[in-house]
Amino acid sequence: MSEPTPLIDAHAHFYHEESGRADWRRVNDARMRAGEAMGLTYHVVSVLGSYGHRSPTYFPSPDDVTRGNDVMRGMADADRERVRWYVTVNPNHTAHALAEIERGVAAGAVGVKLLASRRADDALNDPICQLAAEHGLPILHHIWQHRTREWPNQEISDGADLARLAARHPRVSFILAHLGGGGDWAHTLPAVLDTPNIHPDLSGSGVDRGMIDAALATLGARRVLWACDLTMETGLAKLRALEVIGLTSDEMADVRWRNAARLFPAGTFPRCGAIA
Amino acid sequence: MIDCAAYIGSFPFRQLPHPDPDVLVRVLAREGLSGAWVGWLPAPWQRDPLAANDALFAALDPHRQTLHPAPVVRPDWPRWEQTLRDVVDRGARAIRAYPMHWGMGPHDQSMHRLALACGEAGVPLVLTVRFEDLRQRSSLDVAGDLTGPHLRALARAGERVHLVVTGAGKELLEETHWGLTPDEQRRVHWDFAWIWGPPEDHFAHLLRTIGAERFVYGTHWPLRLTQNSRANLELLPDELRNPPIVDAASFAR
Repeated sequence: MSEPTPLIDAHAHFYHEESGRADWRRVNDARMRAGEAMGLTYHVVSVLGSYGHRSPTYFPSPDDVTRGNDVMRGMADADRERVRWYVTVNPNHTAHALAEIERGVAAGAVGVKLLASRRADDALNDPICQLAAEHGLPILHHIWQHRTREWPNQEISDGADLARLAARHPRVSFILAHLGGGGDWAHTLPAVLDTPNIHPDLSGSGVDRGMIDAALATLGARRVLWACDLTMETGLAKLRALEVIGLTSDEMADVRWRNAARLFPAGTFPRCGAIA
Repeated sequence: MIDCAAYIGSFPFRQLPHPDPDVLVRVLAREGLSGAWVGWLPAPWQRDPLAANDALFAALDPHRQTLHPAPVVRPDWPRWEQTLRDVVDRGARAIRAYPMHWGMGPHDQSMHRLALACGEAGVPLVLTVRFEDLRQRSSLDVAGDLTGPHLRALARAGERVHLVVTGAGKELLEETHWGLTPDEQRRVHWDFAWIWGPPEDHFAHLLRTIGAERFVYGTHWPLRLTQNSRANLELLPDELRNPPIVDAASFAR
């Protein structure tokens, strides 16, 4: 099954012993096992605090943010061949969030993970974006595709919300999380069309026929990233679908890895080689 | 291996790329599948199922070697017993029913009678848990997901009952399976199109706990990527590779 072309999963998560589930190591190992089977070159991973164990997944406390980032750093350091990481922050605690980004960058983080702790276009996200711009870090932002109501336990944002934030920070690249991850993806594509620094990832459990075709037709292959998030079988299915929808080899490489390589700091993915 | 969960026709809530029988035939060949039970996708949202069935049979007629009709029988509709006999005589390999779309509760006696009648006729009754993820469902699409109480009640309706449940996730499957006696469990087959693979490995877990012999292959084309079920198989842990799932073609009368 392995492919010679590099493949980057720009949206992955690890669990840890304080995330409230006894099988955390099994799940992390399963991610790496499936990644090997799929020919994954790099996993770009984040840890979301305590995943609800001590504070809510999408509203993590500062202590849980710090602990999660510490654990994430340790896991990345233990597998430098395959793992890169996002530093996770909660924008409701501005000073803490900025300090975590600085600490993360010093420790090797290559991007910033924003959850659903605050609406994407909220001003509290501005200092985080400014610091990300200074360090050249992309921001992976949790997104609900077409926000039509509130949902419990998260302050959801959609493509239109993220577009307003991205327009204020044109130097920052935003990865719009999981186009297939719930909600109406058809709304997202026109919502971000005119905001070129937004790059949707294809992850999520949704495998609607027509979604990938529409994303590529609307945004082009240079703006879409392949990724898995919580379901790697849907990631593999999307990879297989990409192989049969008529992409050129250049377009396929863009989606598989080159777009990610362009968004993250130079040198983040040495095993992928140089972008032609 | 055949696909037990394919459709043709349009979907009321979004545009689907070419949901046509000739395209399905090509997709099945590409995926290495020998055929499919095919339903008429608009049928759940139409009140009278007869026209839907006529349209389905007509559309599949040039492709009957590969595409096998799975028409709908609505047990609260007049003369449904005759409809069942007619569609079986016309070659239906399975019968589809949509109790959630028809407003039927778990203990609706007409659904019980349909399940029993299908069993007597030797055709499986296909029940669809969902067409789309709840999070993206149109506000006009008010039917909820099929529930465990519905499934348990139907599986218990009689020993000849044979259900094929498509689109279930791990939780629904487990609450149904473990709420049935071993005899009742054997009356239910499941597809794994909506069951999560790694890293959670729900599919691997279910193969270990309830067994591969309870699973059949379904794609949910043209709603979902056909590649997903195959990907689920490809990403199983080594010790579970090539699980002996059941070919729904073996259910032929």
